[in-house]
Amino acid sequence: MADEHADTEGGAEPPPERREPPEPSGQHPIARMLLIDAIASAIGVGLVLLIDWFPPVASSAAGPIDTLYHVTLVVAVPIFVLVMTVAIYSVIRFRARPDDTREGAPVHGSARLEVVWVAVPFVIVSALAAYAWIVLDDIEARSPDALRVDVRGQQFAWTFQYPQRGGPPVQSEQLVLPVGRQADFSIQAADVIHSFWVPAFRIKQDAVPGIRTETRTTPTRTGTFGVVCAELCGVGHATMRQTVRVLPQREFGRWLASRRGGGGGGSPG
Amino acid sequence: MTMAAKLTAPGWYRVLLALPIGLVIAIGLVTGIRALGGADPVFDGSAVTTVALIVVPFAFLIGIGCFDYWFRWASGAPTVPEDHSGHGADSWRDYFRVNTDHKVIGIQYIVTTFVFFILGGLMAMAIRMELIAPGRQLVDPNTYNGMFSVHASLMIFLFIIPVFAGIANYVIPLMIGAPDMAFPRLNALSYWLLPVAGVMMLASFFAPGGAFATGWTAYAPLSTELPEGQTFFTMAVQFAGASSIATALNFLVTIITMRAPGMTFFRMPLLVWANFTTSLLVVIATPFIAGSQFMILLDRALGAEFFNPAGSGDVIMYQHVFWFYSHPAVYIMMLPGFGIVSEVITANARKPIFGYRMMAFSLLAIVVLGFTVWAHHMFVSGMFSWLRIPMMITTMLIAVPTGIKIFSWLATLWRGVIHLRTPMLFALGFITMFTLGGISGVMLAMVPVVIHVSDTYFVVAHIHYVLFGGSVFTIFAGIYHWFPKMTGRMYDETLGRVHFWLSFVFFNLTFGPMHFVGVDGMPRRVADYASEFATLNAVISVSAFVFGLSFLIFLYNMIASWRFGPRADANPWHAKTLEWQVSSPPPKFNFDEIPTVVGGPYEYGVPGAVHGVFKEKSKAVPVAASAGMRGE
Repeated sequence: MADEHADTEGGAEPPPERREPPEPSGQHPIARMLLIDAIASAIGVGLVLLIDWFPPVASSAAGPIDTLYHVTLVVAVPIFVLVMTVAIYSVIRFRARPDDTREGAPVHGSARLEVVWVAVPFVIVSALAAYAWIVLDDIEARSPDALRVDVRGQQFAWTFQYPQRGGPPVQSEQLVLPVGRQADFSIQAADVIHSFWVPAFRIKQDAVPGIRTETRTTPTRTGTFGVVCAELCGVGHATMRQTVRVLPQREFGRWLASRRGGGGGGSPG
Repeated sequence: MTMAAKLTAPGWYRVLLALPIGLVIAIGLVTGIRALGGADPVFDGSAVTTVALIVVPFAFLIGIGCFDYWFRWASGAPTVPEDHSGHGADSWRDYFRVNTDHKVIGIQYIVTTFVFFILGGLMAMAIRMELIAPGRQLVDPNTYNGMFSVHASLMIFLFIIPVFAGIANYVIPLMIGAPDMAFPRLNALSYWLLPVAGVMMLASFFAPGGAFATGWTAYAPLSTELPEGQTFFTMAVQFAGASSIATALNFLVTIITMRAPGMTFFRMPLLVWANFTTSLLVVIATPFIAGSQFMILLDRALGAEFFNPAGSGDVIMYQHVFWFYSHPAVYIMMLPGFGIVSEVITANARKPIFGYRMMAFSLLAIVVLGFTVWAHHMFVSGMFSWLRIPMMITTMLIAVPTGIKIFSWLATLWRGVIHLRTPMLFALGFITMFTLGGISGVMLAMVPVVIHVSDTYFVVAHIHYVLFGGSVFTIFAGIYHWFPKMTGRMYDETLGRVHFWLSFVFFNLTFGPMHFVGVDGMPRRVADYASEFATLNAVISVSAFVFGLSFLIFLYNMIASWRFGPRADANPWHAKTLEWQVSSPPPKFNFDEIPTVVGGPYEYGVPGAVHGVFKEKSKAVPVAASAGMRGE
């Protein structure tokens, strides 16, 4: 490093004496920094992929959404690690003693570097946006033999109706669905905005008074999963939690028939 | 002064007189009109409260003296020539009255907003106490809902937005070589609107039915139906919004017309650029939240049907109008912080900012793009579905100008002479935490991911990473950085470092785990949660308590250093911008002579480079502070 004589001036501020600006010592400092960055990124990516982020995969939407999320992490972690590495490396390499009044290198910019860090992020976010668009179209695709379910949110519970051809709709206070068949939810609200969320399905849509909203997905696992209201709807918002039961298709048919009450007739939905 | 003189002169005695008069007028107005119109019952508490929430604050503002000059001027009476007796502070009393000095107003802003920060922070502690375990710990759900609503509203409208205005108010006239802001009386009014708004929000706890409990977002129709406390929010936002708009107007005119000779736009420090662009956002966007709240008010008070689905109303339209402001609002809460970081990093790395022009242009790009992304807050709202795609694209794109800034700050560090003083630590902490918040933001731009994580603790994590790890860290950086200039004393560096490290570690321990519980299925704005989230919530709560305690170190440092700290030089950081070329604290009218700017503000390492030239004191010719010379 250059000579380090202390600044002796007090009072007025004369221009500082010209001294050598800081140079990183050692060979290829940028290459070394990038190596540290690569190793740390690999470790970081490994760690975030090891974390079990999501509830069980219980619908056709969950897999693509989870993958999209993981891919984004794989892209994002190296960027974050790069920022941390450059910051920490610079601070260690170029740290000055408190009495060091030198000034830094008079570097005003670099057009080439600026082009790179505009172009590369632009490409990355464009690619992620395109990927997300594809996933969205995929998870929202309509299936021809979907089961229509009416969802009604009110303070502070959900109720469900299964429209029946040639008969009154089947009412239920618990959501029951057949596995492997798309459920097409038509959602309403009786009073204020609620939000119909099934974490294990990765679907959510607000229930809005005055209009019908919709969402759809295909359950892919049998079992019991949570249904959570996800829009502040009053004092009971935190308690507005129910469950959805996903049954094998035959069992669902039997359940629906039993709810239909007296007399056979009418095929489901 | 005689009692009569005290009661007629602007000040607190007149306030004590004006408040009951205002209340009587409100009651009289409402009851009178209801009686004339044959309403039954004639006295209606709700109607009186609504009108009182407008009249009484104005009574306060008139009493304290914000309007004296304008009323006199508007009445046609000969105006009293300005003798500057209302300008500046010689004792602590000068901080508790209408004062036209931007330095006094700046400190009034900063101290007042930190009071609201403390109150909002105490609410956060209560929230975490309630959430430390499943079941009820502390409060009933209605009170809880009120607490997080008031917490957020105070933090947003009474802390982050105005504290940046306060810091800028103090620093910017000095930085551009101006003796004060363009409109000093309007500046004073902008300040006094703030305690009005804050007291109103806190007063909602005493309304029948409790504090407003619809979040800071106040979605209809919940907000048109809930009890009286909601009106306190509806009105308080108007006063806070008016304060914000008036200040922004002031900044725009000041920056455009009062720069010192030679200070072209591209010789302005980036703090000035940041506040200039923020002010553009404020004046364009804030009227939209005012509009949204006016409509809520009319729905509540007069049975209008803006958002009533049973009538001709449109529920989702509230969200469009609200978020058209509230998304730019988050940039209003961040851009000034970007400016502060540029000042702190250049001064503490002693290097020019890397890519000055792109730093300025990226601010403008964020302003423009910031108006095109609002519906990303509405991806699951049930709005027309094709809008989600363009909003996703614009939201992803806004990462590009933001990334330019992060990379430029990093490049500024490279080959600098780095002093890890407390402001620099917070600036570095900001860079890392804001990057994390930005990453969760990119995730929240992607519609399929948002379908799952919208309205969950993942969002709570994101907002606190960008608003605390982002904005508040820059606020701390700025306060420490300009503390010597404002107070004439040095803060304690060791305590500053302890504050930083405790904040940094416990901030991450508090808000980091929220990402996990959110993705795992925990919704937000809930007084209680499923037992599977208990462990992480306990960790979050305990970390939050330590995090909250760390603030006390800052508070002690500020107060003790202000009273007893060692005297500070004019330029303890050896920085180049104009505010450091005058004494600490500065003279009452800032500059004995307006300087002439001859170069850029960050020309470290360039031999012979000077930013501002000060003439010798013998030449007492005031230099015309016009728009400045064009061209470098």
